[in-house]
Amino acid sequence: MTQRKIQSESKRKPLADKIFKIGATIAGVYVLAIIVLMVFQLFSESYPIWQESGFEFIVKTDWNAVEGRESFGVLPYIFGTLVTAALAMVIGVPLSIGIAMFVSDAPAKIGNPLGFVVELLAAVPSVIYGLWGLFVFRVYFRDWIEKPLNDAFGDSIWLFSGTPFGLDIITASVILAIMIIPTVSAVSREVMKAVPQQQKEAAYMLGATKWEMFKLAIFPYSKTGLIGASILGLGRAVGETMAVTMLIGNATGASAIPSSLFKPSQTMSSIIANEFVEASPASLHLPALIGVGLVLLLIAICINIVAHLLVTRMLKIKEGAINN
Amino acid sequence: MSTVQQRRQQYRALFKQNVERRLLIDKIVRIIVFACVIMAIIPFGSILVEVFKNGAAAISIEFLTQIPGAAGTGEGGIGPAIQGTLIIIGLASLIGVPIGVLSGIFLSEYGDNPLARSVRFFNDVFMEFPSIVLGIFAFLVIVLVLGHFSVWAGAFALSLIMFPIVARTTEESLKMVPVSYREAGMALGLKKWIVTLRIVVSAAKSGMITGILLSISRIGGETAPLIMTILGSSQFFSNFDVPMDALPLRIWRLSLLPYDSAQLQGWGAALVLIIIILGINLAVRYFFMNKRRKYKLFGYAINGSR
Repeated sequence: MTQRKIQSESKRKPLADKIFKIGATIAGVYVLAIIVLMVFQLFSESYPIWQESGFEFIVKTDWNAVEGRESFGVLPYIFGTLVTAALAMVIGVPLSIGIAMFVSDAPAKIGNPLGFVVELLAAVPSVIYGLWGLFVFRVYFRDWIEKPLNDAFGDSIWLFSGTPFGLDIITASVILAIMIIPTVSAVSREVMKAVPQQQKEAAYMLGATKWEMFKLAIFPYSKTGLIGASILGLGRAVGETMAVTMLIGNATGASAIPSSLFKPSQTMSSIIANEFVEASPASLHLPALIGVGLVLLLIAICINIVAHLLVTRMLKIKEGAINN
Repeated sequence: MSTVQQRRQQYRALFKQNVERRLLIDKIVRIIVFACVIMAIIPFGSILVEVFKNGAAAISIEFLTQIPGAAGTGEGGIGPAIQGTLIIIGLASLIGVPIGVLSGIFLSEYGDNPLARSVRFFNDVFMEFPSIVLGIFAFLVIVLVLGHFSVWAGAFALSLIMFPIVARTTEESLKMVPVSYREAGMALGLKKWIVTLRIVVSAAKSGMITGILLSISRIGGETAPLIMTILGSSQFFSNFDVPMDALPLRIWRLSLLPYDSAQLQGWGAALVLIIIILGINLAVRYFFMNKRRKYKLFGYAINGSR
């Protein structure tokens, strides 16, 4: 009798607890609501451009905001975004994995401060990277790398044609690469550290050198996580705005389609940053820019979902390995 | 007999060759890896040196407190920008921190169900959204509705960047509080919300403060979402319904001007901004160093303004 009473009492939660739980749940669900609302809002506000051009909005290459001759297409900017991001990956990912190898393997006395410095590199605001890129890096890069390459190969290889001015695809990509290094190397380091010690010891026991240990034990084990880390970096590079806007040269329309490393281009985020404030809400210009934002968002969501699935899978393996 | 010795020597030579080759490769890889580290440190060093060298020349009391002068004259300062950055950080924290902390409590204390798992996942994905898209969103739901640029829109956009970071760090630090603390509280007959707020949260305080500070350092440098929300202005703050200035915005605008004096002011503003942001990071590192280590995984997400 008493026991039943105690049970029924303990099952009844106090009202304050219920309210607290509901409040916490609402705060948790907030993020889901924001995501749904965001996609919906971007779509509904860019609806005029979809109505006007339909799918052609994605594949057209002209960009004209003059009243009466308005015509908008995102294809050049999609190319611009993907090309700069891909170049940034080609430059940045090997460097980051090298750094992660060094940091995960170095003694704590060197590894920890170094890891911290790389993390500070991530804390530097994008606009300061842009400022540094515009006034410092661009000058050296143009004089020491772009000009010699252009002089030597400008006529024979299309990649190096154009006028090396410093405000172009390759400068923006190198800055992007510098900006994704902290992200990719920090996640890669975690993933490499998740490899069980026994695997490494087993490799050493077979007589492996350090490099062979990485090849035999760490890379096969952390492959998924490293790919995930790189894709996270890709997501960063795709969404990056300020530094790219300041360095890419801001071409519009068909001339923004990347045709050489030394030509100005435009990314989806930079066209928004450049034109959003001037666009008139009454014309198609603003809906077009919001449409660009929607395309950018969808691309970024896809990239990040893939990256997170890969990284969390890797770190789950780690938990399992420790429990066994 | 001689053949055996010959073979032995042959094998020895082969073995030596093999080991030497492998050691050589190992050495080359070591050098490459070291070169990677150097190549990452050079830009960081260069940024710091340039910002401090060029920025120091621009700094003066006047520069820090005055409103910007006419473009190209090199007069005036960045007073409104510094004030605006502080205001927008404060407002964004007012919105972002409570939501983030509550959301973190949800993930940690009520987090063992499919709903919470999807919240956790999309929280991580949301953290990586392009910040300019968050700016467009704030523009659509606040600026367009109100009909004018406003400080609230900027604060809302920044709070969207802030709250997922706070939520995740809060969750991680609450999870590190031993279950026995919660059980002890329950055994005393305390209600769950009291146990959570008074025992668990206060035990996890330093971790949560770390997360909040790092999220502040992240939003302090954000530029993209501010372009279409607070727009920028050359006047001091007057009310919440007009455009306002902020340091990153001011740096961007100054960098677009073709004057050397504007460039110099840009470096000065960059110096102020980098001191604020690196200062927060170093302070967090210094005061919460031992706790900090546990958030390494999220280091990539916590840091890095776009």
